[in-house]
Amino acid sequence: MDDLYRELILEHYKHPRRRGRLEHPDISAEEHNPLCGDRVRIDLRIENGIITDARFDGRGCAISQASASMLTDEIVGMPVEQAKQFSKEQLLDLIGIPLSHNPVRIKCALLPLKTLKAGLYGVGHAPDDDEV
Amino acid sequence: MTASASLSLFDIVALRREFPILNQSVNGKTLAFLDSAASSQKPRRVIDCLEDYYRRYNANVHRGIYRLSEEATFAFERARGKVARFINARSQREIVFVRNTTEAINLVARSWGDANLREGDRILLSIMEHHSNLVPWQMLAQRTGAKLEFLPIDGEGRLALDNLDAQLEGVRLVAITQQSNVLGTINPVAEIARRAHAVGALVLVDGAQSVPHMPVDVQALDIDFLAFSGHKMCGPTGIGVLWGRRAILDQMPPFLGGGSMIKVVGLHESTYADVPARFEAGTPAIAEAIALGEAVDFLQEVGMDRIYAHERELLGYALERLRDVDGLRVYGPTTTEMRGGAVSFTLDGVHPHDVAAVLDSEGIAVRAGHHCAQPLHAHYNIPATTRASFYLYNIPEEVDRLVAALHKVRTLFG
Repeated sequence: MDDLYRELILEHYKHPRRRGRLEHPDISAEEHNPLCGDRVRIDLRIENGIITDARFDGRGCAISQASASMLTDEIVGMPVEQAKQFSKEQLLDLIGIPLSHNPVRIKCALLPLKTLKAGLYGVGHAPDDDEV
Repeated sequence: MTASASLSLFDIVALRREFPILNQSVNGKTLAFLDSAASSQKPRRVIDCLEDYYRRYNANVHRGIYRLSEEATFAFERARGKVARFINARSQREIVFVRNTTEAINLVARSWGDANLREGDRILLSIMEHHSNLVPWQMLAQRTGAKLEFLPIDGEGRLALDNLDAQLEGVRLVAITQQSNVLGTINPVAEIARRAHAVGALVLVDGAQSVPHMPVDVQALDIDFLAFSGHKMCGPTGIGVLWGRRAILDQMPPFLGGGSMIKVVGLHESTYADVPARFEAGTPAIAEAIALGEAVDFLQEVGMDRIYAHERELLGYALERLRDVDGLRVYGPTTTEMRGGAVSFTLDGVHPHDVAAVLDSEGIAVRAGHHCAQPLHAHYNIPATTRASFYLYNIPEEVDRLVAALHKVRTLFG
């Protein structure tokens, strides 16, 4: 548990960096995890192929919400093409918790990435839709 | 009441030793298994029973003219008789072996429902139903044009029956859970059945959470169908039961077609076997059915009255201790009156998954999520709850550990 609820996770959960909505976002996507009712929405502002602003909203466990907070923080300033390639491993690296052997909680952690990909590629068009 | 409160109903130490899985550590702590509403643990004799079948007399039933097959058939049919007596069925021919509660309900929806319901007919459910007693009726309504109606619940999480007679108008079937898997509420199914029968409606009872935990007598309840699962009552997965009133089962068309369910098969048409074989197409879960019979013997030896009383004592203790946890809200009845041992709760500011993960680190197994009852959670406007549920092998010390761990959650997320 001490691995799962590291200071960083709890810090982002209690004080999320980019919680909220953007006015007139260029891209907005929402995904659910039907197993546990977690929900994440991500709004993006895109200028000249660069993500210039991002906000997330939703409800869920500490893992999913902290992951959304860290991911939206990470992608601001990133070219869209680079964000499209953002991998599962990169995300797990970013949040820094060992989840590879925890099939249930890994879905919580990856929900924000799934939401981001759905937004960038269009719902249902993201590669590895099942995985990410 | 204290943690050492009297639990002299049976020798709990000896009883716990019957369950090999309980004797292990999880994350360095003794396992406290508080998720029996999802699936119960199995006593050694049920595990042995499965192995005995495969080691000693594995053969298909109702077919071979040889010793092993005869022995398997005898054990399989004897298990049917044990299950029949367990719920006081009039005859063992009223016991249909299926995979689980879900399949039992789907069988009734497909067979009885398709044959009997027409556009405008109504089916009465409640908002506390498990998805398995909701989705099959939604699908039936889509096929036939029948309409679904729902009994509401009151602030205590009990069915509000004030308008029952009005809601029963035009109803052909009432499908209701006997005990909510989320709220623990025990519903007055006998009264509902009496009033439903008065308008000519049939009554199906979802017994998944009641049959394992209290005496259930289908004749005393005077219902028409009862569905339940083996794995929640100390039996194996993959075996469940549909009990149906003989006169109704006799009139129902087959559900699945194939071997075993026929009398005579021609190239273009066939005649069907009598019940229960008519509803048991294909090779059944033989070992599992026999082991369910063993589980029923075990439960009856302990005594269903005593199991109910034991859980009620644990429940009372848990409800009392949980009041001490700041920000914790229990859903469902606040007393042990007409309430089973499933305790779902939320903790302010902490998602149920996080609660469950911290409890897991303390060796405590609980369930977090919507427990296959999304409409009920929507009613309370919450996405999920954490649920602790009790069975005959649980002890007050496990409640104490649950409460202590919840205080730890509060500290961590506070």
